[in-house]
Amino acid sequence: MASTFAGVDFYDVDGLLSEEERAVRDMVRAWVDEHLMPVIGEAYIKGEFPRQLIPGMAELGFLGANLPEEYGCAGLNNVAYGLIMQELERGDSGIRSFASVQGALVMYPIYAFGSEEQKKHWLPRLASGKDIGCFGLTEPDYGSNPGGMITTARETKDGWLLNGAKMWITNGSQATVSIIWAKTGAIDDVKSIRGFIVPSSTKGYTAKDQKGKLSLRASDTSEIVLQDCLVPKDAILPKSGGIKSPLMCLTQARYGIAWGGIGAAMACYDEALSYAKNRIMFGKPIGQTQLQQSRLAEMLTEITKAQLLTLQLGRLKDKGTMTPDQVSLAKRNNINMACEAARESRRLLGANGILAEYHSMRHMANLESVYTYEGTHDMHTLILGQAVTGLPAF
Amino acid sequence: MKIAVCIKRVPDMDLRFSIGAGGKALDPAGLKYDIADFDGYAVEVGLRLVEQQGPGEVTVISVGPAAVQETLRKALGMGADRAIQLAADELPFDGLAIARALAAELKDGGYDLVLFGRMATDSANQTVGPMTAHLMGVPCVTAVSRLDIVAGGGTAERQLEGASETVAFPLPAVVTIDEGVARPRLPSLKGIMAAKKKPLDVRPAQFGEARLTVQSIALPPDRPPGRIVGEGADAVPELVRLLQTEAKVL
Amino acid sequence: MANTFAFAESRGGDLRKVAFEAVSAARQAADATGGGEVHALLIGGPGIGDKAAALGRAGADVVVVVEHAGLARYSPEVFAATAAARLRAGSYRAAFFTASAEGRDLAPRVAAALDVSMASDLTGFAIEGDALVGQHPTHIGKIITTVRLTGTPAVATLRPGAVTVVEAARTPRVEQGAPAMDPAAARVVVTAIGAKGDAQLDLADAPVIVAGGRGLREAANFALVEALAAAFGNAAVGATRAVTDDGWRDPTTQIGQTGRIVSPDLYVAVGISGAVQHLAGMRTSKTIVAINKDKDAPIFKVADYGIVGDLFEIVPRLTDEVRKARAAQ
Repeated sequence: MASTFAGVDFYDVDGLLSEEERAVRDMVRAWVDEHLMPVIGEAYIKGEFPRQLIPGMAELGFLGANLPEEYGCAGLNNVAYGLIMQELERGDSGIRSFASVQGALVMYPIYAFGSEEQKKHWLPRLASGKDIGCFGLTEPDYGSNPGGMITTARETKDGWLLNGAKMWITNGSQATVSIIWAKTGAIDDVKSIRGFIVPSSTKGYTAKDQKGKLSLRASDTSEIVLQDCLVPKDAILPKSGGIKSPLMCLTQARYGIAWGGIGAAMACYDEALSYAKNRIMFGKPIGQTQLQQSRLAEMLTEITKAQLLTLQLGRLKDKGTMTPDQVSLAKRNNINMACEAARESRRLLGANGILAEYHSMRHMANLESVYTYEGTHDMHTLILGQAVTGLPAF
Repeated sequence: MKIAVCIKRVPDMDLRFSIGAGGKALDPAGLKYDIADFDGYAVEVGLRLVEQQGPGEVTVISVGPAAVQETLRKALGMGADRAIQLAADELPFDGLAIARALAAELKDGGYDLVLFGRMATDSANQTVGPMTAHLMGVPCVTAVSRLDIVAGGGTAERQLEGASETVAFPLPAVVTIDEGVARPRLPSLKGIMAAKKKPLDVRPAQFGEARLTVQSIALPPDRPPGRIVGEGADAVPELVRLLQTEAKVL
Repeated sequence: MANTFAFAESRGGDLRKVAFEAVSAARQAADATGGGEVHALLIGGPGIGDKAAALGRAGADVVVVVEHAGLARYSPEVFAATAAARLRAGSYRAAFFTASAEGRDLAPRVAAALDVSMASDLTGFAIEGDALVGQHPTHIGKIITTVRLTGTPAVATLRPGAVTVVEAARTPRVEQGAPAMDPAAARVVVTAIGAKGDAQLDLADAPVIVAGGRGLREAANFALVEALAAAFGNAAVGATRAVTDDGWRDPTTQIGQTGRIVSPDLYVAVGISGAVQHLAGMRTSKTIVAINKDKDAPIFKVADYGIVGDLFEIVPRLTDEVRKARAAQ
């Protein structure tokens, strides 16, 4: 019953986890080995999200896992939730993106900003995979500056009329429901930003996949167009208001992504280590050369640092004291180190490293998206810069 | 249906093993543990029987030190209802000693069915199941690859060399499970959370005298290095020649 | 000078090869402890007694024959009670069974009935004073555990094929025995035994095994493996877990950690990468040949001979050459 991936744990981080956290991590690790790894190479090449995995993921409770049991969720603590993201991304960043969106960017806003009716209606459906959601914040001209959005929501006697376009929306084309962020006031009134629950079957809502991606190919990335899209009055998330609302969601997602980066780095390191020990050149394994050992030592060190950093972040989140700036530090560090680990692993693998049969280059390509989304690396740099100097340099 | 499943905590067989300091046990460094493969199938069989023919209850039992509680809780996470740890600092290698401890616990439990994996993947003795059944005085069928239970009895299929055997038996009974009956489910996250709240009782294990002991363990002798005879179909005649003259198997 | 006991397994009225292995082991043990008698127990349907004399070849001095219409098929409770009764009635230093499917079921019941411990699946053994010491592959064959068994009789199962039957020609005394319980009272009843497939050699008996894995790409391509097996003439066909999980082959032909453990004279691995759990099932084969397109595949680490390349070209060529070589013999 053991999975074939053994993880990376140079500093006995396992000893800092509870039995339950380890059990969660072990289960997701085994699921990835059994269900995701056999299909991901082909799914990535075909550019298809492996939808057939959704029911299994839902049944095991992966979606919105840190939300309360009363809404049909697993009610895990945040370290356990992070470990799920870590293990999913060990498989593929696209699969983890799916879970991040569903949990942190769709279920979380409904949980945090929704009415009791909305929570009771949507959360169990999203947890069970009956509904798939997406998060409509980013626009073609408003990425790093979401407050500049131009999607509008006008109140009419029949409900809210939404107009605008969103881009780079994960799960967009397969989502049955969208959390759309739009301005209810003047176009420069950031405080008027509100969230809306928009079923994709609503007239005036269209979603279309963006083609030609060289990264996150096993993930649906879509454009959404809202053209006089009318939703009922009660589609609004009543407790949402201002840019803070979507940013709170992003903080949730970024937290999970920080963990995910560790998973991707582990996958690449593990592949590099195994290859280095087995690949013979000039009569000895390449793992016996100084340059390759240097690569491995670097990867191992960065993974170990990230594990300890991120575990503490999780403990702070569970204590209730975690700040968005702390999440920025982790996301920025972990994704950057994962990008480097993937690239160095790809190089260690030599020519074999360009084949889809090996995982490092797929991770390398994926991680470029993860470096850029959920706050680019550079944005998080400036967030930290402002946090410590008090001076905005955006 | 009241079902008991006896499970063992064993090291992950995919890891590289080295011999520990005393020469009698594995070096514990780096070992990871889990439910033995066949025992996992047995848990799955028990859970499915209750799901399909309920109402009922599955109790999982394991013998050993406190660490086995983690393994018991994994089975609880899969859906078992309660767990029992028969506590002992060390697990004897002797199947009869283990059987005595299990039989003492099981015999008054009112179980309709007691399941074991066909063997533990580490010690590979394949004795505890049938020995426990004998000490309990109940019928036993070993190494079943198919199992059908109806009220009061069951039929099972066993794989022999080149043939398969169909066996009928009454309940209560002890059955040991081979590959092919059921793939074990992963514990769901809700299951893992619920496991904490399910009863886990601890009682001392009573082994009696163990007369099968480990004298020493060793790594198997390395196979002498082989060689690549050549590439492609052109290498075949040379391979055949070597099989005839060198290996002498043709 | 102690007597030793051997269980002589039979099926369908014929002795199985493992019966001779158990007797031979008992002979070795008796000779090593002062030359006592070897008593073999042979249970079966009417007529099984005709096979008793053959056990003398492996060194049986006495064959206790228990013939009963209700025992034409294996009956675990009756066989166990009968063997235990015989062991109780005599004074035996050791009792040998083999770790065949039947032996693995029977021996623990006998040991428990006698309240003695038993050693399992031994690849070698010796009597050292008051102990039987034996080698037992554990941890899916990655460890050899040397076990020490005290108590009499020392009950042990031997791995099939581990004991070389040494010719010891003697004419055994045949005693007629009776079942120690009424077969009609047995609670566990074998209702049928069905031969598998079409008289194919079983993996446990075949001197040669040709096994196929994912490299064959689809189930239909197993025809290549079957053709090679047919060319050998004495080969069985095995499969890896990957292909039995995908439904290409019968799961009972899966060779590996949780499948069959085999030890043929020749194992030919076709399109098999050599995952740890597969190696656990075949690493003790006497000669291993591997055919794989990836020269870094782990299977080449355990193979004695390997050919790197396209199996779709190599295997038909090998089939031809093997057929020619056998025809020339």
